[in-house]
Amino acid sequence: MSLSKIKFDKKIVLSFWIILIALIIAAPTLLPVFRLNLLGRYLSLSIVALGVDLIWGYTGLLSLGQGIFFALGGYCAAMYLQITSSSEFPNNIPEFFALYGVEKLPFFWEPFRSPFFTFFAIWIIPALVAGLIGFLVFRNRIKGVYFSILTQASLLVFFNFFNGQQKLINGTNGLKTDVTQLFGQMVGSESMQRIFFWITATLVIASWFFAKWVVKGRFGNILIGIRDDEPRVRFTGYNPVIFKTIIFSIAGGLAGISGALYTVQSGIVSPQFMTVPFSIEMVIWVAVGGRGTLLGAILGAVFINYAKSLVSEALPASWMFIQGGLFILVVTALPEGVLGWIQGDGPRNLLQRFGLKRKIETYPSLEINNKEQK
Amino acid sequence: MELLLDSLFNGVAIGSVLLVAALGLAIVFGLMGVINLAHGELMMLGAYTTYVTQLIFKLPILKPFYNSYIIVSIFLAFIVSGVVGILLEKTIIRKLYGSPLETLLATWGVSLILQQFVRSVPLAYGTGLVISLIIGLFLPTTFPSKIKESINYKYYKFSSWIFAALTGVLTGSVISSSVSKLSRASARNVDVTAPSWMRGQVEIIGTAFPKTRLMIIVITLISVVAITLFLNQSAWGMRIRAVTQNRQMSDCLGISTEKVDIITFGIGSGLAGVAGVAVSLLGSVGPNVGGNYIVGCFMVVVLGGVGNLLGTVLASFGIGIMTDLIGAGRLLSIWPDMPLPLSNTINFFATTSMARVMIFALIVIFLQFKPTGLFPQKGRMVEN
Repeated sequence: MSLSKIKFDKKIVLSFWIILIALIIAAPTLLPVFRLNLLGRYLSLSIVALGVDLIWGYTGLLSLGQGIFFALGGYCAAMYLQITSSSEFPNNIPEFFALYGVEKLPFFWEPFRSPFFTFFAIWIIPALVAGLIGFLVFRNRIKGVYFSILTQASLLVFFNFFNGQQKLINGTNGLKTDVTQLFGQMVGSESMQRIFFWITATLVIASWFFAKWVVKGRFGNILIGIRDDEPRVRFTGYNPVIFKTIIFSIAGGLAGISGALYTVQSGIVSPQFMTVPFSIEMVIWVAVGGRGTLLGAILGAVFINYAKSLVSEALPASWMFIQGGLFILVVTALPEGVLGWIQGDGPRNLLQRFGLKRKIETYPSLEINNKEQK
Repeated sequence: MELLLDSLFNGVAIGSVLLVAALGLAIVFGLMGVINLAHGELMMLGAYTTYVTQLIFKLPILKPFYNSYIIVSIFLAFIVSGVVGILLEKTIIRKLYGSPLETLLATWGVSLILQQFVRSVPLAYGTGLVISLIIGLFLPTTFPSKIKESINYKYYKFSSWIFAALTGVLTGSVISSSVSKLSRASARNVDVTAPSWMRGQVEIIGTAFPKTRLMIIVITLISVVAITLFLNQSAWGMRIRAVTQNRQMSDCLGISTEKVDIITFGIGSGLAGVAGVAVSLLGSVGPNVGGNYIVGCFMVVVLGGVGNLLGTVLASFGIGIMTDLIGAGRLLSIWPDMPLPLSNTINFFATTSMARVMIFALIVIFLQFKPTGLFPQKGRMVEN
């Protein structure tokens, strides 16, 4: 599925970036607070979608458990916020602990008093967990649908664990962040939300470049090799386990960052982030946007979520039908996603069908792009 | 002794629910390699079929037979889920053979649609729709071969679909006017009440067993025996096994793989419906009832080894007994004076949700040593 890239003039690219940055800076004044907050959330979701694209679009690993890492990042951020703003509560620990008679901060939350530790924990902990799960699974050459099922099972494990442990993490109620303080400001306040929006937008662009860098060069080639023919990669002398573990933990780290950003903007993290449907939704954003395109993942996440909120506001019951139909439609009719379709043969085929473009004789796939020759 | 028996029975009861739920999946996923995330929703359809059957049997005409409604609903659930499964195979899954990940996503979409369907469509008209599906899919197959071969066959087929649609609308409106509970759509959970002969308990060797649990064990037993006999003794069973072993070779030898696919998928889906009847006896029935079982079912099939019914049976009873041992903290009562740290750990996991955590963790550890399950398929393919 290597896509024929359309080359743009440098000036066009530059002006595109200038417009984009101007839009990001101006967005808080252009949009009402509610919509800005939604846009910020959806942008943060696009980071986890980038991770899904890396592991699914490029490496062929369909993980149905990205919610684990997403929620872990969220919990790290939320717990730090809760701890730092708990000075008025008894024992200097977050309020909810008192409800369950806990008087001392559980030992594993101790390091989260430090902002530096939290800053790294948000992405390193999910990455480590992902690396561990990935290594255990890949080591046994479990792949394809078995990998998907196992990741889904791990998701349920984490969900049940987080849901049941009131004394450690407030169980099913989750951790609220919107009334906590960060640098003397309330996290839920308008000015903080604006800053979070800018941070999110910057990080989306940064992680896009990071993901592009990851899939470039030999590392990216091996990933695509694993996707297309794993035994062949193995017989050529590479160990796919290492590459798969690395890319899976990168995706985990991205999910963690995304979860933290989403948490501070939505005001709560709860085991609901680890439900099965949410993790599968992440996959469908990528599938609709176009897997293996990176940009498609970002656009898919933002647009589908925006459509979801618009449709749910107007006709609450119909979103499930639309979403289900979207799954079926994309998989059967548009397997490369919207962006993949545009970058591939899609528009040309459509124009040909209406007689607007000359038909290519003999071997069209060879003439249009060279993917068959590779 | 009594404790052991108690634990064993509870384990078998949990395991038999898992087994009857996983049996259909073992056929669809294990034999065909199709990963059907809508399996749970097919179970849900079976459970709702039980509910609808129960209400219809409360009508004055059928009132004398009320006690037998559960037996009837087992067959009806098999047919309803089977037909929906066949429709699914004919429209979507057939296009996606050979790409399991895409099948997974598409069937998830189907499951979302089915869930929302039972929420927003009145059950009476849902029943009508299913009836028209049954007629539309099966009426053309009963035509004499003279018609089937004639050039106008498609018109006959079309008119049979129209007949089916009319019958469906008619039954839908008849049901909705006679049973008021079915005439409105509702997202609320519904309850199936067991007939009087299934309520209460039976005493076996001094321990009381609830009759519904025994009924589920009986349903499971019958399904397992029936499906084993079908696969191993009947001609179609042999064809199914042949196609699973080597699709191209079977095709060359004149087995219609298309028909085999439909039959296999229909039977697997039908078994999901039977599982739905069992599930409806355990608790209330709602649109999300299937979702609670689906991951457990997949774990059973993966643990048992794909394409192996014996493995599925052993795996589900194993998981059932382990769930009971861990979830009820029975190890403590078997060995009361164990050291404190150990007993604390056991108490920590002695809830239903934490037991699930433990079981999944144990399965993942088990797969470290036997990645292809209890009974792996033998083969020399590089992919295996």
